[in-house]
Amino acid sequence: MTFESPSSISVRERAWRGAKDVFLPFTGENEKVLYSLRAGEKVLLQGVMYTARDAAHRRLVHSLDEGLEVPVDLRGQVIYYAGPCPAKPGTVIGSLGPTTSGRMDRYAPRLIEAGLKGMVGKGIRSLAVIEAMVKHGAVYFVTVGGAGALLSKCVSKAEVVAYEDLGPEAIYRLEVVDFPAIVGVDSRGNDVYREAL
Amino acid sequence: MTNVSAKTIRDTVEELCVKAIEILPRDVLSALQRAMEEESNPLSKDILGVILDNARLAAHEKIPICQDTGMTYVFVELGQDIAIEDGYLYDAISQGVARAYVRGFLRKSVVSDPLFDRKNTGDNTPPVIHTEIVPGDEVKITVMPKGTGSENMSAVRMLTPGDGIEGVRRFVMEVVEKSGPNACPPLIVGVGIGGMMDKAAYLAKKALLREIGSSNPDPRVAAFEKELVSAINGLGIGPGGLGGATTCLAVHIETYPTHIGALPVAVNLQCHAARRASAVIRSEKRVLL
Ligand code: SF4
Repeated sequence: MTFESPSSISVRERAWRGAKDVFLPFTGENEKVLYSLRAGEKVLLQGVMYTARDAAHRRLVHSLDEGLEVPVDLRGQVIYYAGPCPAKPGTVIGSLGPTTSGRMDRYAPRLIEAGLKGMVGKGIRSLAVIEAMVKHGAVYFVTVGGAGALLSKCVSKAEVVAYEDLGPEAIYRLEVVDFPAIVGVDSRGNDVYREAL
Repeated sequence: MTNVSAKTIRDTVEELCVKAIEILPRDVLSALQRAMEEESNPLSKDILGVILDNARLAAHEKIPICQDTGMTYVFVELGQDIAIEDGYLYDAISQGVARAYVRGFLRKSVVSDPLFDRKNTGDNTPPVIHTEIVPGDEVKITVMPKGTGSENMSAVRMLTPGDGIEGVRRFVMEVVEKSGPNACPPLIVGVGIGGMMDKAAYLAKKALLREIGSSNPDPRVAAFEKELVSAINGLGIGPGGLGGATTCLAVHIETYPTHIGALPVAVNLQCHAARRASAVIRSEKRVLL
């Protein structure tokens, strides 16, 4: 099989052609857009999001419950369920695709209550998470599992902002450009997976 | 007796890890390409488009196909006429894995103990090693980095003889259905039937090493594989779990004799990032397959 030159691989011009731009975080004017998103819609995410997986969630929720200071102000923010490969020299970040969101279901309602407005991952969410999303106004995006190489190219800037000791599970602040996703669960609770099955 | 040095084993394993993680096997790429061409649901087609673009980009720019670079499985077929020199075979394999993950900027995803501190070992060791002693004086090494998204949705069940082929069918369908989007479909479904519990699980994992397009040499099993492919694709889970015609690219079944009172079945799911790479070493000559 012949490989096309990767410079011709622009998701905006290929598979995600015509998708709507969604600007992050959902603060100020951006927040209005959140409520207009509908499950099943293709979007290109632009702006800031934070990575967090199991271990970081455990710590975040622990801090919230204990009334301790949280290293990231979650209000209006979007969390990407992902843990990257290390960056090779001269690159922004290593491969960075979504992990299974369901493992974060036990923590997500607490974070949504604390002001989290968006999540990015892969797979089905529990009804408890969806209820919290409807109640507080949040959106769940799904992106393509296993597409870590391509998704890493949508990251223009990355820095560890908390829990560095967790290695790939540390919290990274990412700036993304043309990051392809699908609205998985919208703020009214419509769910693309439950429609698909 | 032929001698193979531990260093050659180590270097081969290192190379195979990096190759597997960056370059998707040709048969997997072709199967994904075919699936994309045949998919009629536009969103599913686009998802397959992203999956294929991702694989191309990974190979071109030497980026891991998926950030979950897995727990490393190493399958060794060791010719019985070989002596390993200057070191212990399993140490050499572990060193190869460690070098690949540290020097290759791969994600380290292994924790030292499953229950208590769950501390990252820092170099993705230890790998899981399966060795078979075979006739001859060659050693074949296959590396399969296995991600957890698909592994966590896998299962073993001890059916009883009365459950028969219908019971196996129901179990396989149940496992795939439950996996939904989590295992990153389109899948390769490995099924191990027979032996006892552990043997069935091993066969299911080994089945994932088979090339897409191959079938079990027993025509009855091969027919069952085909039948399961259609049934699974009929579930409509589709690429990324968002619906569509391709839920699996292949079903591979491996069987083994079993006890008169047993019918163990294991289903090991593999995601579309179905990474594997092999090499054969003969004396000090290596051939990457
Ligand atoms: S299931 Fe496979 S493709 Fe999906 S995230 Fe895990 S390793 Fe990657």
